[in-house]
Amino acid sequence: MERAKSVTKKIGKIEFSLLSPNEIRKMSATKVITADTYDDDGFPIAMGLMDPRLGVIEPGLRCKTCGQRVGKDKCPGHFGHIDLAMPVIHVGLIKTIRNCLRSTCRECGHLLLTDKQREEYFKELKRYKQEGRNTTYLLKQVIKDCVKAEKCTRCDREVGKIELDKPTSLRENGKKLTPSEVREWLEKIPDEALPLLDINKKSARPEWMILTVLPVPSVAVRPSVTLQSGERSEDDLTHKLVDVIRINQRLQENRDAGAPQLIVEDLWELLQYHITTYLDNQTSGIPPARHRSGRPLKTLAQRLKGKEGRFRSNLSGKRVNFSARTVISPDPNLSINELGVPIRIAEELTVPVRVTSHNIDWCKQMIKQKYLGPADHDEYIPGVNYVIRETDGMRRRIKVTEKNAEDVAEKLEIGSSIERQLMNGDLALFNRQPSLHRMSMMAHRVKVVPDKTFRFNLCVCPPYNADFDGDEMNLHLIQGEEAKAEAEILMKVQENILSPRFGGAIIGGIHDHISGCFLLTRKDRKIPLDDASHILAAINYNGKNFKTITENGKKYISGKDVFSALLPKSLNLEYKAKACFNCDTCQAPNCPHNAYVIVKNGVLKQGIIDENGIGAFKGKILDRIIRDHGMDAGREFIDNATKLAIAAITLFGFTTGIDDEDIPDEAKKQIAEGISKALKKISGLVKAYEAGELESLPGRSLEETLEMEIMKVTGKTRDMAGEIAGSHLGMDNSAVMMAKSGARGSMLNLSQMSGCVGQQAVRGERISRGYQYRTLPHFKRGDLGASAKGFVASCYKSGLSPTEYFFHSMGGREGLVDTAVRTSRSGYMQRRLINALEDVKVENDGTVRHAGGQIIQFIYGEDGIDPARSVGGNAVDIDRIIADVKEGV
Amino acid sequence: MTAEKKHFNIMNHKLVPLHLIISEKEREELLKKYNIEPNTLPKILDTDPVSIYIGAKPGQILKIIRESHTAKEAVSYRLVVESNK
Repeated sequence: MERAKSVTKKIGKIEFSLLSPNEIRKMSATKVITADTYDDDGFPIAMGLMDPRLGVIEPGLRCKTCGQRVGKDKCPGHFGHIDLAMPVIHVGLIKTIRNCLRSTCRECGHLLLTDKQREEYFKELKRYKQEGRNTTYLLKQVIKDCVKAEKCTRCDREVGKIELDKPTSLRENGKKLTPSEVREWLEKIPDEALPLLDINKKSARPEWMILTVLPVPSVAVRPSVTLQSGERSEDDLTHKLVDVIRINQRLQENRDAGAPQLIVEDLWELLQYHITTYLDNQTSGIPPARHRSGRPLKTLAQRLKGKEGRFRSNLSGKRVNFSARTVISPDPNLSINELGVPIRIAEELTVPVRVTSHNIDWCKQMIKQKYLGPADHDEYIPGVNYVIRETDGMRRRIKVTEKNAEDVAEKLEIGSSIERQLMNGDLALFNRQPSLHRMSMMAHRVKVVPDKTFRFNLCVCPPYNADFDGDEMNLHLIQGEEAKAEAEILMKVQENILSPRFGGAIIGGIHDHISGCFLLTRKDRKIPLDDASHILAAINYNGKNFKTITENGKKYISGKDVFSALLPKSLNLEYKAKACFNCDTCQAPNCPHNAYVIVKNGVLKQGIIDENGIGAFKGKILDRIIRDHGMDAGREFIDNATKLAIAAITLFGFTTGIDDEDIPDEAKKQIAEGISKALKKISGLVKAYEAGELESLPGRSLEETLEMEIMKVTGKTRDMAGEIAGSHLGMDNSAVMMAKSGARGSMLNLSQMSGCVGQQAVRGERISRGYQYRTLPHFKRGDLGASAKGFVASCYKSGLSPTEYFFHSMGGREGLVDTAVRTSRSGYMQRRLINALEDVKVENDGTVRHAGGQIIQFIYGEDGIDPARSVGGNAVDIDRIIADVKEGV
Repeated sequence: MTAEKKHFNIMNHKLVPLHLIISEKEREELLKKYNIEPNTLPKILDTDPVSIYIGAKPGQILKIIRESHTAKEAVSYRLVVESNK
C-alpha cells in the first residue's frame, strides 16, 4: 500500500533578536521610577511598579493605556521601563559578549583577521548558507583564528587577553572592564563584521547586549495577591524589581552628588547583582537572592526552566475533564475487563448524547427516570446532569435538578444534546502511573458499584503494576464515538493480554489462582460430588455430567475432570509443568512427579496445573487458548479459571504459617554439620592462603582466588542447607506448594527461612569494610574467616546473631539504595528515549518514519512482524505446525 | 586517503555490513517504490570510512545489506551527504 500523504508543515526558521534600548522605550507605557507599589489608601502609585498604565488585574478597573478591562475585552498588559543609571551586563549573553571582545580590536572595532582570511570566511559563510548547512563549526573557527592574532591589522593595537570572570565580569590583561567600557567597545564593531560573529545585523547590534534600559513586565505577568488578612503579597518579580529600582536610584543620586569612585562602583556592582538575579536566580558563582523567609526567589529563568517551568508544566502538560481518581481495591467477581466505579463518581462523570428522532424518547426517559418514584438506594439509576440546547449559534447549558426534570424533559428538542451520567457497560480508560508501557492504560467496561473505591479483577494487577496498599488510579471517560470505537478495538483489556514485548500473555492467573488449580489437579484428587458441584457452580457450568467414581458408597469426581470443564473440546496439548524436577533422565509421559501435563480433546489426562498452565507470562494452556480461539475466549478462560480456582481453594482451605518452616531436629543437626564442615573448609583455605600455599586461578590474584573459592563454598553451603530443609518439607507443606507451583515465593526463600541465610554481599563481594582491617570490633584484625566477612549461618526462623544481623542489614541496605537509584536513573533514561522516539510510527506502506517523513526503518523491525502477534518473537511456530501436521496424519 | 594506503580493510570487519552504490535504474525504482525524495532516506557522510573506501560521492545512494536478528537479512538504503568538514 502506498503511504498516506499527511499534511505536515515545516518551520522555515526561527529568529532570535535583541531588544534595542529605543525599542524598549518605544513599547513602554510608562517609566518606572518609584520603588513603591501601593500608597496608604491602597491605590497604585503613578510611575510605580503597579502603575495602572502597566495593565490591570482587578476585574472592573480600566487600564489607563488601552482603556480595556480584564474581563471581556481583555487588556493584555503593557510593558514599562527603568532607565538604568549605569549600564549593566546581561548574564544570558555574557558568552557572546566575550566572543565579540575576543575577536575584535578595542581601538577600531574591526575583526582581528587579515583581509585575506576575512574574505575567505565571508565566501565560505555564503556558501554554507546557500547549501543550508550548519554554520556553528565555521563560526567557532573564526573566533579561534581571531584569538590567535597578536596585533590588529588595521590600527596596530596590541591585542589584550580577554578573560571571563563568572558570572558577569570581564578582564582585559587582568584589568577589569566596566560595563560602560564594554559597551563602548561593542559600539565600535562595524555592521559588516557581525555575520562572522554569528549576529544578524538586521535584528541586533552587539552593544544591545549591555543593558541601559530594563523592560518592566506588565502587572499581568506578576500579579499581587491579597491575603485574607487584607495584606498584599507581591510576586517575586515585583520584589526583585523593587530592589533594582532602589539601587538604581541610590546609584544615580550618589553619582550625581559626586560621591567617591569606590562607593559608586560598589553600588554599580550591586545593581549588576540585582539585575543578574532578576534574570536568572540560579546563576552559578553568585548567591541566589532570597525572600525574607529564606526561600530563593523564582525569577524569570526559573519560571521557564525545568519540570515545574512554563514549558514542561504548562505548555506540554495538559489537564483534562471527565476524569476521576480514587483508591483501588480488588474484586475477584468482576471480569478482567470490568471496572467497578463508585456511584459518587458515576453521578459526576457524563457522556454527551446527541438527541435525534431515534433516541428522543429514550433521552426524555433518561432525564426523568432518576426522579421517578421512590428512591431505591440499592439500585443505581443513571440520570442526566445537563441539557445543552443550541439555537442559532447560542449555547445554553441547563442543569437538570429534581424540580425541573419533568419540565426539561418535555421541552427537549431534536438537535440538543444531553450529558448523561455513567452507565453500566460504558467504556472508560483506566490508568495507573507511572505509565511505563501501553498496558498502563487500558479500556474497561464500567460497572457502577456502591462505596468509594475503584474495583477490578486481580489478574490485571501485573500490567498496571498495582497493589492495594493504598494505590490510587485514574479513570478517563470516552466522550466521542470515534474515540469509543478506537478504544474498543485497540485498548480493551482482552486486546492487551498478549504483550508486545515478547508475544506471550501478561495477564493470567496469579497467587491463589495458581494454588487453587494446583490443589484441584494434583495427584489423583477426588472431590465429593456435592463439593464438586459447588466448585462448578462458580463458573455456571452447564455442560455434560462428569464420570463419577464410587468409593464406599460415596460419589466422587476427579479434580482433573473438574478443571477440564474450563477447556475447549478441541484442545490438545502436552508440556512440562512448573513442578517439574528436571530429572536427569526425563520419563516424559510417565512422570513420577505428575509434572508432565497431557490434555487430550479438552480433557486433562494427567499432570498438575500450575504457573506453567494458567499463569501470566508462562501459562501454556492460556497461551494456546488465546492463539486458537481469540482474545475474547482468552478473557473468558482467565475469568473462569480464576473463579474455579478461587472456589476450589476456598473449599479446600489453604494457609501458611511459621510452622511450615519447621524441620525435624535431625535435619537441623545435618545442616549444622554441613555448615561446620564448610567453615572448616574456609578456615583451611584461609590458612593455605596465609601460608602461601594457595594456587591462584588463571588471570586472578591470590586474594581474588581466595575470595572466589570462599564464595563458592558459602554458596554451596546455602544450597546444601536448602536441599536438606527442602527434603524434610514435603509436598503437603503449603509454603512448598506455593513455591513449587509458582504461586508465590521460591525454594530459596524457604531455605533461607529454615536452612541457612547464606553469605551477605555488598557490591558483589563479601563484606569487607568497617573498622581498620576488620568489619566489626568483634573480630580480630585481618580475620578472613567466614563469620567475620558476612556469612550468616543461622536461618531466619532460628534468628540471627548480632553480628550476622548487622551484616544482613548491610546487604539489605545496599539492595534498597540500588533500587532507589535505579528507578530514578532509568526513569530519566526512558524520558529521553521516549522524547526522541515519540513521533515515530509505522506508515501503511510498512516503513517506519518520524513526523517529518524521514525513514527510520524500511520494514518495521526489519521483518515487518508485530511482536504482540508473534510466538515468542517468531512469525510462525514451526514446532506447533509440525506437531499439528503429525497429529493430522 | 586511498584504499591501497590502508593496511586494514574495514570491509572485512564483521561489524561492517555490505555497502553497494546503486545504479541509476535501481535508484529510480527505489524512489518510486516508497514515493520519496532522496532526502527522506537515512544519511551517510561522504567522510564515513565506508564511503571513502567504496568511493561514494554526495548524492549517490548506498544499499546496505546487513544481518538481522529478526529477518535473516535486512536491506536498507542511505543517501551520501557532504560532511560539514
